[in-house]
Amino acid sequence: MRFRLTDDQRALRAGVRDLLERRFGREALRAAVAVPGRLDRALWRTLGEAGFFALRLPEADGGVGLGLPEAVLAFEEAGRALLPGPLVATHLAAGGVPGAARGETVVAAVDGGLVEWLEAADVVHGDASGAVPLRSVDPLTPLHRVPAPGPPDPVAVLLTAAEQLGTAGRVCELAVQHARTREQFGRPVGAFQAVQHLCADLLVRAETARAAVYAAAVTADPADIAAARLLADEAAVRGARDCLQVHGGMGFTWEADVHLHLKRAWVRARRAGGSAEGEELLAAALAR
Amino acid sequence: MDLSRTPEEEEFRTRLRTWLAAVLPTLPARPSPDDWPGRRAYDLRWQRMLYDAGYADVHWDASPTVRMIFLEETERAGAPYVGANFVGLLHAGPTIAAEGTADQRARWLPPILRGEQVWCQGFSEPDAGSDLASLRTRARRDGDHYVVTGSKIWTSHAEVADWCELLVRTDPAAPRHRGITWLALPMDAEGVTVRPLRTLAGSAEFAEVFLDEVRVPVANRVGEENDGWRVTMVTLSFERGTAFVGEVVACRRVLGELASAARENGRWDDPVLRRRLGRLDAEFRALWRLTQWNVSEAEANGGVPGVGGSVFKLRYSHARQELYDAAAEVLGPDCLDLDRPWVLDRLSSLSYTIAAGTSQIQRGIVAERILGLPRGR
Repeated sequence: MRFRLTDDQRALRAGVRDLLERRFGREALRAAVAVPGRLDRALWRTLGEAGFFALRLPEADGGVGLGLPEAVLAFEEAGRALLPGPLVATHLAAGGVPGAARGETVVAAVDGGLVEWLEAADVVHGDASGAVPLRSVDPLTPLHRVPAPGPPDPVAVLLTAAEQLGTAGRVCELAVQHARTREQFGRPVGAFQAVQHLCADLLVRAETARAAVYAAAVTADPADIAAARLLADEAAVRGARDCLQVHGGMGFTWEADVHLHLKRAWVRARRAGGSAEGEELLAAALAR
Repeated sequence: MDLSRTPEEEEFRTRLRTWLAAVLPTLPARPSPDDWPGRRAYDLRWQRMLYDAGYADVHWDASPTVRMIFLEETERAGAPYVGANFVGLLHAGPTIAAEGTADQRARWLPPILRGEQVWCQGFSEPDAGSDLASLRTRARRDGDHYVVTGSKIWTSHAEVADWCELLVRTDPAAPRHRGITWLALPMDAEGVTVRPLRTLAGSAEFAEVFLDEVRVPVANRVGEENDGWRVTMVTLSFERGTAFVGEVVACRRVLGELASAARENGRWDDPVLRRRLGRLDAEFRALWRLTQWNVSEAEANGGVPGVGGSVFKLRYSHARQELYDAAAEVLGPDCLDLDRPWVLDRLSSLSYTIAAGTSQIQRGIVAERILGLPRGR
């Protein structure tokens, strides 16, 4: 059994992480928070040049020629870094919309009764007529509500799961970092069992979701994807909540990044294919 | 990331399936849970069949992947469980193989593999559960014997075991991890008393073992005197990794049965129940993938299970309890009837978050050994 990352996949993950740390580090993140709704076109083109959108296009068509497992690793890193923008929609449009693959065209899509980044996009997939803006809870994701949600695209569901996995892993790291360094009662709070157990549960949820997400990337089976999404949504949303709790009062501030992870996890969890949809899909498969 | 199998693995699976299809119909009916001599005979007979077919040492010498395939296929085919052979094959045997002398290996290993002898485990004590290293059963040296006095608890198959892998304290003055010794105790020795321990499920799956001045030859010691804790840790690492493969396969089958039952009794129309079963399906799909992930890690690390074991056990033991709680929802009022399917399983599942390290102990292990948090109390 060789269900683990290959050397190439490790290198790809490290490459994406390195690129995002350089081009979208903490300063850039906080700068983006300060100017909501503005999409960094230069960063978008950099992502395009790096092959983020063309990752799964055949090399003959100017793509990178890789598969879903590699796309999942790249989206996990994007989720980890809280990279803003309609990443999934543009990635999915890379084969059909001119300029999308190179990061010159920004593509948004109707997903789960919402459209992310509608006004910043050059092209919108799905019927966005009658879209109404809402005051987005996530400062890094402008949102419009649309009347009729469309059916989910399994690849979009999976890539969302990958982004959620990135959040799940990152909030576990943040919680552990805080628990190791923050001292109360004369010792790091991470020495208290109650805090240790919250951190342990963060890891357990993230690692269980990781196995499900990576496996779904290999099989591309709709039921595996639905399962991966349910686990990843849970790992991200509950993980961000627990991370916030571990941070104590600091977790409730605008200054700490924890709320950005929680809010983004909430936004992604509303995309099509999660929660009731995923559970009903799996129940139907069970009953067959 | 690869979920495919090599031609060798595929060939092993096919050969095993063919063999199982041929031999399982020839097995006698399973003995009742209270018939201990019958259970011993049945489990040993199955081990002998595995031995004759060349599968006896799959738990020891095979790669983690082959072991996983073996456990997956035997469970799918409805083959007998490892049962009374558990401690011999999965605890004592691997310990003797790793730490025993040539004489000890020749004396104890072949009877385990051939299905001739049953081993049980004397580790836990009434006052040494999660804190195993605080064990107090005392062994005093007397010439070429140890004289052992104390008591053990949670010993499965003690009534029908030939041998017990026993942890005793040989040096009460030493730091607690350094005064422990591993002994092979013959269960028919004078001074050994076995008392069945009835669990909340009503059955006597465990026993207490009382030891009163029991003489054990020094030749039965595996490893050095006072080095038993290290010897034991070698044993315990075998428990993780592929330990739950068969159970995850079984849980996924139960989930399918629950869906069928819910459709028959009309509860399937309740979206809350339906979604609950769908969520559990996601859970067990993920646990199966986590098993494959951990097996792949073990495979890459030369057969040594990685740290994923505690992560898996935490998630799995909780999921198993959720599964049988969902079964109770499917059953409705019948969930209170011990004669209905899943009701006893629901009771048994209560031990999962306690046995082999409580969930609280496991979280501590994850926090300190994997996440590197400071040692807590």
